[in-house]
Amino acid sequence: MAKLQQAIVLKKCPTGIRGFDEISSGGLPKGRPTLICGSAGCGKTVLAMEFLLRGAIQYKEPGVFVSFEETPKDLTQNFASLGYDLNDLIARKLIAMDHVYIERSEIEETGEYDLEGLFIRLAYAIDSIKAKRIVLDTIESLFSGLTNVGILRAELRRLFHWLKDRGITAVITGESGEKSLTRYSLEEYVADCVILLDFRIREQISTRRLRIIKYRGSSHGADEYPFLIEKTGISILPLTSLLLDHTVSNEHISSGIPRLDNMLAGNGFYRGSTILISGTAGTGKTSFATKFVEAACKRGERCLYLAFEESTNQIIRNMKSIGTDLAPWVKKGRLKFHASRPSLYGLEMHLVTIHKLIVEFKPKIVIVDPVSNLTAVGTPVEVKSVLTRLFDYLKASHVTTLLTDLIHFGSSLERTNEEISSLIDAWILLRDIEINGERNRGLYILKSRGMAHSNQIREVLLSDRGIELVDVYLGPGGVLTGSARATQEAKEKEEARDYQYEVDRRTHEAERKRKVLEAKIEGLRSEFDMESEELHIISADEKKRHKVGIANRSEMARLRKADRSTDSRKKGRKRT
Amino acid sequence: MKNKPVEKKKPAKSAPVEEVWILRLYVAGQTPKSIAALANLKCICEEYLAGKYQIEIIDLLKNPLLAKGDQILAIPTVVRQLPPPVKKLIGDLANTQRVLVGLDIKTA
Repeated sequence: MAKLQQAIVLKKCPTGIRGFDEISSGGLPKGRPTLICGSAGCGKTVLAMEFLLRGAIQYKEPGVFVSFEETPKDLTQNFASLGYDLNDLIARKLIAMDHVYIERSEIEETGEYDLEGLFIRLAYAIDSIKAKRIVLDTIESLFSGLTNVGILRAELRRLFHWLKDRGITAVITGESGEKSLTRYSLEEYVADCVILLDFRIREQISTRRLRIIKYRGSSHGADEYPFLIEKTGISILPLTSLLLDHTVSNEHISSGIPRLDNMLAGNGFYRGSTILISGTAGTGKTSFATKFVEAACKRGERCLYLAFEESTNQIIRNMKSIGTDLAPWVKKGRLKFHASRPSLYGLEMHLVTIHKLIVEFKPKIVIVDPVSNLTAVGTPVEVKSVLTRLFDYLKASHVTTLLTDLIHFGSSLERTNEEISSLIDAWILLRDIEINGERNRGLYILKSRGMAHSNQIREVLLSDRGIELVDVYLGPGGVLTGSARATQEAKEKEEARDYQYEVDRRTHEAERKRKVLEAKIEGLRSEFDMESEELHIISADEKKRHKVGIANRSEMARLRKADRSTDSRKKGRKRT
Repeated sequence: MKNKPVEKKKPAKSAPVEEVWILRLYVAGQTPKSIAALANLKCICEEYLAGKYQIEIIDLLKNPLLAKGDQILAIPTVVRQLPPPVKKLIGDLANTQRVLVGLDIKTA
């Protein structure tokens, strides 16, 4: 209900300026005056001019530009700098212009007067093109031209009422004052909407900001919004909504290094995630990034490579040394480099440039190499704010972002200079391991949201075959890498060989013993067989003899017909 | 209209003291201030520039375009077209002293 009522009460006049209509929920108050104030050179005139131009061209609302400072010639040039031909617009009756010139030395005040002349001029200009919008830039020049402030204030009040009555959406610019928003307190008259522009220089890099101080009868963003004046006009970057409601992908994409994919639960990174590769200088961050890029290009995805440290050609040349040739992908249009010095322009400008590139190129992968170089451009808070917006934007567009972060020697490894660790989904730490006078590269996965990643350190080997991840030596001697690992491994191998030899020897020995024993057993067995054979023969013999003996005895008994003792029987048998 | 002063300028050559004054009074309708300004202007001219002045009254309500051409903001405004340089006086000309200074009229 409240919203509906507001819509009826307050109509908005869209400005068409990128970002402004979002933060002002629809534009400037229609039919009312708006004050744009700010110090010299902060972009008041450009903002006002763009409001008028876009109104005339996009919304078919002709506008009048009343300049109190600049001559028509200057204005034509100013308009031309935004890419518009003022004379053409005037001829098409979309824009009318009036230059109000006041020079105090030429004017003598001799009594009571009013500014009816100005009203007549405005009315004439407005009527001649049926203007809906007007810009007064900057009306406070009247104060320097005329001395009777009492009359001026009364007339200004009348002017704004008059403009309101005519339903003209007016933009009035005013220079910042020391104690009040404008030098001559124009805000007292223009009470509907006040916009403050600011121009700050920090570390020799300037950032423009815009804030809606007041917007009667409308909700509006209350923050300071950084803005830029580009070739095409102003663009304001509203801080992205802090609602974390973007949809997520379950798709995995390869890191370009099979072993690393393995460490990441076997599948690589999630699509649309923000990946950070941090490490000290020379740990191979860029190499990892380019492997990732190469893998993406092979999948047929577009990649945008934002290089803040090296030139395009340098990266392409250097990456050939690890067997990654990016040049064909650049040629095919799958890979786009954007190399620039971070200090080339302010952070916001970088953001807008990146934004623009992403919109134009529609990449699936964005590499920022290195993100730490952006810290040179702003304070940590600013950098974080800019990066948050960038990552949010990229995430919302399902773009996978890979950042490299240079950690300076001496600072904590598990902390980024930009305080962006909380924005990161997967964090790979590359670190130097210095043992026995050599440096080797170690790789950890510090975190990887939503997957069971490996907690093991791996040694990174960079060679012309690419990036290899090998297990480090983990043993009683601690973690060993590089040649120490190789030595240790060789040593172990030798030890193993010795051991194996020993085992073999003992096995042979045992075999031999077994064979000897077996032979012995065989001999015994045959002896035993012989014995038993003998025994058998003897027993058979004995049986036979026994039989014969009995027969003999019975024969003899038969012959003697007498009983004989067994002894005599035996003797007699033996004798025979 | 501008031809007239040129014609009058010819005799002025012989007598350089004699000057031609062309004064334009810009008004917007018959407002009390405009009427007062015209009355004051006539009065002053009669007193100091008798016989060598000319007053043109321009009503901006009838000729709004002239306001732009002559850079008129305040009403009423008197513009000294001649003699050069161009001088502007705004207000109802009630302050005679200022008018004389503004028009650069040398008082005896």
